[in-house]
Amino acid sequence: MSRPSSRIARRFATLKAQGRGALIPYLQACDPDYDTSLALLRAMPGAGADLIEIGVPFSDPSADGPIIQAAARRGLKGGSTVAKVLEMVARFREGDSDTPIVLMGYLNPIGAYGPERFCADAARAGVDGLIIVDLPPEEADLLEGPAAAHGLDIVRLVAPTTTDARLPVVFDHASGFVYYVSITGVTGTRTASSDELAAALPRLRAATDLPVAIGFGIRTPDQAAAAVRVADAAVVASALLATLEDTLDEAGRATADTLPRVLAQLGDLSRAVRAARA
Amino acid sequence: MHGTQPDGTPAGDTPARPNSLRAGPDARGRFGIFGGRFVAETLMPLVLELDQAYAAAKADPAFRRELDYYLKDYVGRPSPLWFAHRLTQELGGAKIYMKREELNHTGSHKLNNVMGQILLARRMGRSRIVAETGAGQHGVATATVCALFGMKCVIYMGATDVERQKPNVFRMRLLGAEVVPVTSGAGTLKDAMNEAMRDWVTNVRDTYFLVGTVAGPHPYPEMVRDFQSVIGEETRQQMHAAEGRLPDIIVAAIGGGSNAMGIFHPFLDDASVRLIGVEAAGRGLDSGETAASILRGRPGVLHGNRTYLLQDADGQIDEAHSISAGLDYPGIGPEHSWLHDIGRAEYVGATDDEALAAFQLCTRTEGIIPALECSHALAHVARIAPTLDPETLIVLNVSGRGDKDIFTVAAHLGVTL
Repeated sequence: MSRPSSRIARRFATLKAQGRGALIPYLQACDPDYDTSLALLRAMPGAGADLIEIGVPFSDPSADGPIIQAAARRGLKGGSTVAKVLEMVARFREGDSDTPIVLMGYLNPIGAYGPERFCADAARAGVDGLIIVDLPPEEADLLEGPAAAHGLDIVRLVAPTTTDARLPVVFDHASGFVYYVSITGVTGTRTASSDELAAALPRLRAATDLPVAIGFGIRTPDQAAAAVRVADAAVVASALLATLEDTLDEAGRATADTLPRVLAQLGDLSRAVRAARA
Repeated sequence: MHGTQPDGTPAGDTPARPNSLRAGPDARGRFGIFGGRFVAETLMPLVLELDQAYAAAKADPAFRRELDYYLKDYVGRPSPLWFAHRLTQELGGAKIYMKREELNHTGSHKLNNVMGQILLARRMGRSRIVAETGAGQHGVATATVCALFGMKCVIYMGATDVERQKPNVFRMRLLGAEVVPVTSGAGTLKDAMNEAMRDWVTNVRDTYFLVGTVAGPHPYPEMVRDFQSVIGEETRQQMHAAEGRLPDIIVAAIGGGSNAMGIFHPFLDDASVRLIGVEAAGRGLDSGETAASILRGRPGVLHGNRTYLLQDADGQIDEAHSISAGLDYPGIGPEHSWLHDIGRAEYVGATDDEALAAFQLCTRTEGIIPALECSHALAHVARIAPTLDPETLIVLNVSGRGDKDIFTVAAHLGVTL
């Protein structure tokens, strides 16, 4: 369960009271460079982000589609390391103590940093939760102890392939919110239909009281609105990264268009999410 | 493992004992701290289903009978254990035997595993097979059984490897497989593995991921090892027939480590048998261009398992380098990592140049053109054999034939074909 005092729990409680769903945009750290990515992060809450996911670049993102793969390569080229990502969050926290930050990535960079040291430093930097793609519940004991000790939520992923019988295993020790991977596939490819989502949510609701976010394949304001009509949050990643990529110059550097265009798209998504249940 | 092991006993008569080194992995799929199941939730139910299906197949005598039938009449097993007279003479020391896995249908040890897994995929009702390949040997073996059983086959292969292993790419296409060149990363085996996993996660309902080596999430390392252990089991019997005792040293090349695991495993409890795995040192262990994961890597998590990996301080995976596309991988099967840590097997390196020299030595002295992969193992045999007395029995696992490599070798020798 989410600790009542956690930023994630507070944010979902506030939104619930307001009767609206959350928009969770995603950015890849240091994509295409540290300063641009920090500036984008700082501007996201003002453009309508309710929570923010920061991708921790990894050399072998085997669950991600071409758009996030390319963003991860740019992030690594832009100097991203685990330490840099934590520094970025700490800088963000200087000006924002309310917007929850969730790091999403793969296990190996965290393992190399050291799970205990990572959780301590992440909590100190102001990180609220972790989504580790290749850490299923069966292996999560590696991180659960240190994460709990430092007040970090471990957000569990649920997929269409997750059977009802398996849901209790997945939700055991889950906290913060639940991330529903709405399609079988990699990020940024197919989009789940409203029927598929409508069928999936009740079985999750029956198994957990945690807020449910839907991710993978949400690109447009309409799709984001459809997601928050059945769930508590919509995660948009590849669509924003594709826009960012489109604004870069030939050498892969940010341009004057980069922030305005990504933030304008975020604004459109946010308006749709806020109006979805009206 | 310290009991007196009767030498040369057929493997079927040496069941794993409570203290056996052959008992792994544990219920979590771990060999010591290595192995495990580090996959996305979408794949986790499939991995668990595979685990159950494999356990059921393993316990079913009909499955074993079916596999034995195909191994004998289609793969061509048993493969001979050849006493390499001229190589032994040339090196002047230990007596060298070659386990002739290159004589299997499709020219390598790969078919042993592929045959087992395709029968399992059929039992599980899957109709579409995806696989990764480096040198193309696993891809060819997979495309072959898909042709044999009329199944759809998609092979992911790094674009760099597609270029340097053209004959195998053509073979796979002739066999009816779709070969997808992977351009991400350096375009080698690691990238092909990522792309195969992305395909699997996208096509979970009908697709079976046919992993080619003793790596990946549990149960793959165990299952592939079991299917490859036929190599060591035969070696044990054949050496008993030839020499009346166990070999002293077994040498095999290591990429992911399936041919080595297959020949090592039946001997793990025989403390007198030295097991030596030869990693591809590339341009040298300390050149920064190597594929020696155990010798130059450290434990981490990639492609579903914890194992030794070539990686930087931040946990980003390094590109491997080897002249041999089949060894060009920054990781290694988790059971090897464990055997290394407990000291049961030794791991050494051989460079590109040493492998090239061994390739020519074997061809010239034995009339056997070995794959560049096992040429690394031969390079180590050539290093140690002269230092050993003539009573010492070495078995070299000749895991594949080198016809596919003649273009690469010609290029390195400055010959235009």
